[in-house]
Amino acid sequence: MIRDITIGQYYPANSIIHRLDPRVKLMGTLVFIITVFMIQDMMEFILATAALGICIWLSKVPLRYMLKGLKVIFIILIFTVLLNILLTPGRELFHFYFIRVTWEGIVLAAKTTMRLIYLIVGSTIMTLTTTPNHLTDGLEKALSPLKKIHFPVHELSMTMSIALRFIPILLEETDKIMKAQQARCADFESGNLIRRVKSLIPVLVPLFISAIRRANDLAMAMEARCYHGGAGRTKMKPLIYERRDKAGYFIIFAYLALWIVLKFVL
Amino acid sequence: MSIKIEHVNYIYSPDNAFRKQALKDVSLEIKDGEFIGLIGHTGSGKSTLIQHLNGLVRATDGKIYYNGENIYQEGYSMTKLRSHVGLVFQYPEHQLFEMTVLKDVCFGPKNLGLDEAVCQERAKKALSIVGIKEKDYEKSPFELSGGQKRRVAIAGVLAMEPEVLILDEPTAGLDPKGRNDILDQIAKLHKEMGITVILVSHSMEDVAKYVDRIIAMNRGSVYMDGTPAEVFERYTELEKIGLAAPQVTYFMHGLQEYFPDISVKATTVEEAKKAICDYFREGADR
Repeated sequence: MIRDITIGQYYPANSIIHRLDPRVKLMGTLVFIITVFMIQDMMEFILATAALGICIWLSKVPLRYMLKGLKVIFIILIFTVLLNILLTPGRELFHFYFIRVTWEGIVLAAKTTMRLIYLIVGSTIMTLTTTPNHLTDGLEKALSPLKKIHFPVHELSMTMSIALRFIPILLEETDKIMKAQQARCADFESGNLIRRVKSLIPVLVPLFISAIRRANDLAMAMEARCYHGGAGRTKMKPLIYERRDKAGYFIIFAYLALWIVLKFVL
Repeated sequence: MSIKIEHVNYIYSPDNAFRKQALKDVSLEIKDGEFIGLIGHTGSGKSTLIQHLNGLVRATDGKIYYNGENIYQEGYSMTKLRSHVGLVFQYPEHQLFEMTVLKDVCFGPKNLGLDEAVCQERAKKALSIVGIKEKDYEKSPFELSGGQKRRVAIAGVLAMEPEVLILDEPTAGLDPKGRNDILDQIAKLHKEMGITVILVSHSMEDVAKYVDRIIAMNRGSVYMDGTPAEVFERYTELEKIGLAAPQVTYFMHGLQEYFPDISVKATTVEEAKKAICDYFREGADR
């Protein structure tokens, strides 16, 4: 169950998408998300689908693995579909007592679902193909102009990279503690809601303690290596744009241009 | 009465890039009352194997029988299995959560559905076995020292009165005295109550001192299975899989260069002493 969570996880593979500069991927994701939210007609939809499909294919990450991330938002999806279908006024298709289904409702539900799925899959491609460190490096560099207005860019990205780094560690820890309590015959699966929540106490208490212990150890280790924030800090592997990154930007802008043409000119 | 493992395979994440075969065609029989040492390089599949024995991990294929019953058959109670096969994880003190030591040890028995008085009685018995004094029963487990926490956690499993006790490196990170205390208590349990014990350890000295049978794992398969003398005799093969024999074995082999007739079977200091004494006594007779 716990291993199903793919958000923020990295999937090792050797592909062009994996090798791209994280700033390019950030930019690409941003552009993709903006366009997905403005999709209105079929042509735009086909364009976005093609772009997404090509990225998935290039990334060499199995499609099934990518779609696993959707499980988490499954309930939200069901909700949006139902609400959209039932509550949108318009041309009535049929009705059943007080339930009215309209053509507009179905169209809106389809659009919203598609947008949510594309949004999740689009950003999952980025996190699956970029190591957390790489991602925050990219973010730090991309946001560095904000330093001029005393925005703590380095601190923010360091916090983020530590948080991301801790996700798999804490998941593993949770798994271990759950197993240890199950070895003492703890039962997490049966009983009513209150019983189930109560049954989590033997997991949560040790988990919090271990998280605090780990945070403490990490702080000590950082201090022992003289960490003092971002000022004057250099990088072992500085981000430098290569030809493929320039090509990446070119493709992103080409996509954006094509989309603008579709949207406003045609 | 035994645990029987037949052709067990286990694969982590079978359908993506993290795929890893942790166990390869493992077949073993663990008889009642045995004291087994499970050794192997880090990542050799020891921990995965022991988690199969109480049903925490389900084999990808293969069968496991506990007392002749297939644990994967429909309707087999995992709770019952887990109360019979007690598993103490590595760093078990990380699982403590209750307000008091006594309550924490009661957690296992309580999950078995026993009533409060029986739980308390079992918990007190378990705590006295691991040598926790009565004045500490009402303390918070987090106030105790590392070694004491470890004992409380082990008591937490003992309180379920298992027939088989599996310990995953119970002495990791303890000082020599704490280590010997815990191992001696486990040996005592084995001797006095006839509990089957499986000890996972990286210390060849500990294994040689306490166990009757050694199972050495390498890359997910059983590499050797025999008495300590049999296994440690093949120390050159052990070295190839990242393990070693006890220091005494090396010493005896060194000694053999000067006294070719001496027995090199010793795996503990006591046995070595006996072998050397016997050799020279016989020499005097000759």
